[in-house]
Amino acid sequence: MSQVRTYTRPMAGWWRKNPYFVKYMIREASAPLFYAYALWLLAGLVALARGEAAYNTWRSASSHPLSILLHAVVVVFAIYHTWTWFRVLPKTTPDIDVQPRVLVAAGVAVAVVCCAALFAFAWWATR
Amino acid sequence: MKRSNAPVFWALFGAGGMLSALIAPMLVFITGIAVPTGFLLPADAMSYERMLRFAHNGFAKLALLAVVSLFLWHGGLRMYHSLHHLGFHTGAGSKLVIHGISLLGTVAAAWALLTIGF
Repeated sequence: MSQVRTYTRPMAGWWRKNPYFVKYMIREASAPLFYAYALWLLAGLVALARGEAAYNTWRSASSHPLSILLHAVVVVFAIYHTWTWFRVLPKTTPDIDVQPRVLVAAGVAVAVVCCAALFAFAWWATR
Repeated sequence: MKRSNAPVFWALFGAGGMLSALIAPMLVFITGIAVPTGFLLPADAMSYERMLRFAHNGFAKLALLAVVSLFLWHGGLRMYHSLHHLGFHTGAGSKLVIHGISLLGTVAAAWALLTIGF
């Protein structure tokens, strides 16, 4: 049986033709990075449940230079994710009747406070 | 009419997106850079004894499960759509694989947290 051959416009590389879409695709690159980070944390959690030897293997893998380099890449993309996530907030929450600029600034401010609080907690808990 | 399951995945995507937007930059910095290198935080901040004690706490369990699970669901949904954007129209198969791994990851995290005990 032969398939009907209708013309399909080629879409390969469509996002490279417009800087807006390039930025969009850079943003989307944070998705597999978050996914990988979650799997890495999960590996640590499972190792923690399995015992000290397993957990220490995970810890020493975490301090390998390659791991630190990859985490640094994730941090950069995570910051970009935070910025873009709150920048589209006026569009994703159209029911909130606040000036778009105020809404974006408030979102970023809350993120900064959350990050500061998280660091303060880690600082306090490990003193 | 069959009800769509999309809102469930979009809700998990949204929750993961918000959680990661709020804390991911600092969380990844702490667990991946600061503690392993001993920069700003002590290098033994995530020692076995300390993390075991931390994971015994009920709130910590919830936080750990939320981070692992929601980051997976959030990243997974976006990865699935990125496949389409890049021209891989893999359909239901890749959706099943990606969401399957996210579900397995969630179950594994819950299992680990329950095994650690209260």
